Amino acid sequence: MAAVPRTLAEQFEDAEQQREAGSFGMWVFLITEIMFFGGLFLSYTIYRITYAGAFADASLHLDVTLGTVNTVVLICSSFTMTLAVHSAQTGRQRLLLLFLLTTMLIGLVFLGIKFVEWSHEIEENLVPGHGFIYPGSYTQPAKLFFSLYFLMTGVHALHLFIGMGVLAVLLVQSWLGRFSPQYHTPIEIAGLYWHFVDIVWLFLYPLLYLIDVYH
Amino acid sequence: MSITESASMKETIVSRKVYLGVFVALLILTLSTYGIAFVDLGPGNVAVALAIAIGKALLVALFFMHLRYSPKLTWVVTGGGLFWLGILLALTLSDYLTRGWLAGVGK
Repeated sequence: MAAVPRTLAEQFEDAEQQREAGSFGMWVFLITEIMFFGGLFLSYTIYRITYAGAFADASLHLDVTLGTVNTVVLICSSFTMTLAVHSAQTGRQRLLLLFLLTTMLIGLVFLGIKFVEWSHEIEENLVPGHGFIYPGSYTQPAKLFFSLYFLMTGVHALHLFIGMGVLAVLLVQSWLGRFSPQYHTPIEIAGLYWHFVDIVWLFLYPLLYLIDVYH
Repeated sequence: MSITESASMKETIVSRKVYLGVFVALLILTLSTYGIAFVDLGPGNVAVALAIAIGKALLVALFFMHLRYSPKLTWVVTGGGLFWLGILLALTLSDYLTRGWLAGVGK
């Protein structure tokens, strides 16, 4: 039996149990996140069915190209995150730093593109409220669409922003040499979170941008 | 094979080739869903878009999130979570979508 690594917390039998408990805890947290986003997707579904014509019309005001580019951007960030996890598992410290930084930067590109999109929509007076101006007869249900759009993409962007904060902390800890092939659970579970945020976008993208562009 | 177990722990290390393969598949699926969206399939557009999204989510969960190599307990919790999400969607929609059937009743 190998010497007990000093990264082992006292409540665990061995490193394997600690690793599984950490990753399991993150999965349980992600289930609560599924419920959180599930409620938003449910509201969106109900109103899209209720005001089908208005929602189709309103969704055409979104920028499909930027939405698609952002989907590709986020998939790239998930890929670099898997490479960060792989680097941590195999003890490649420099690559770990590189891929954590790359993942953060790609996350920043996503938020930048989202910011450009929101700016356009703000300029077009599509933010629900007193200044909301919508051409045509669908003004009220379109207001509902844009409320859900800004809320859902907003909380998604917030999650991504938090993920970048987590990666920033891990970047510093990696720099200090805290992770090794024996201990890298924080990298692994930050990866789980990052991929989950990616998955949420994989559903936001078709539902908000795509399903009515053929009109 | 491309999947190896490290000696010190039972942790599965997924090879970079698998990650790369999944990454390419995700890009192809994204371009497909974008292309298909411009073809008029009627109600089929929603179905195809959602089917591709579910496929992509499965790829991310199984490989990027290592669900495929995770303990059964993780599968049970994930499955349980999705089941409850199913209850949330099914019961709420069964209310909203059938309200028209009872037009006038109770009003």
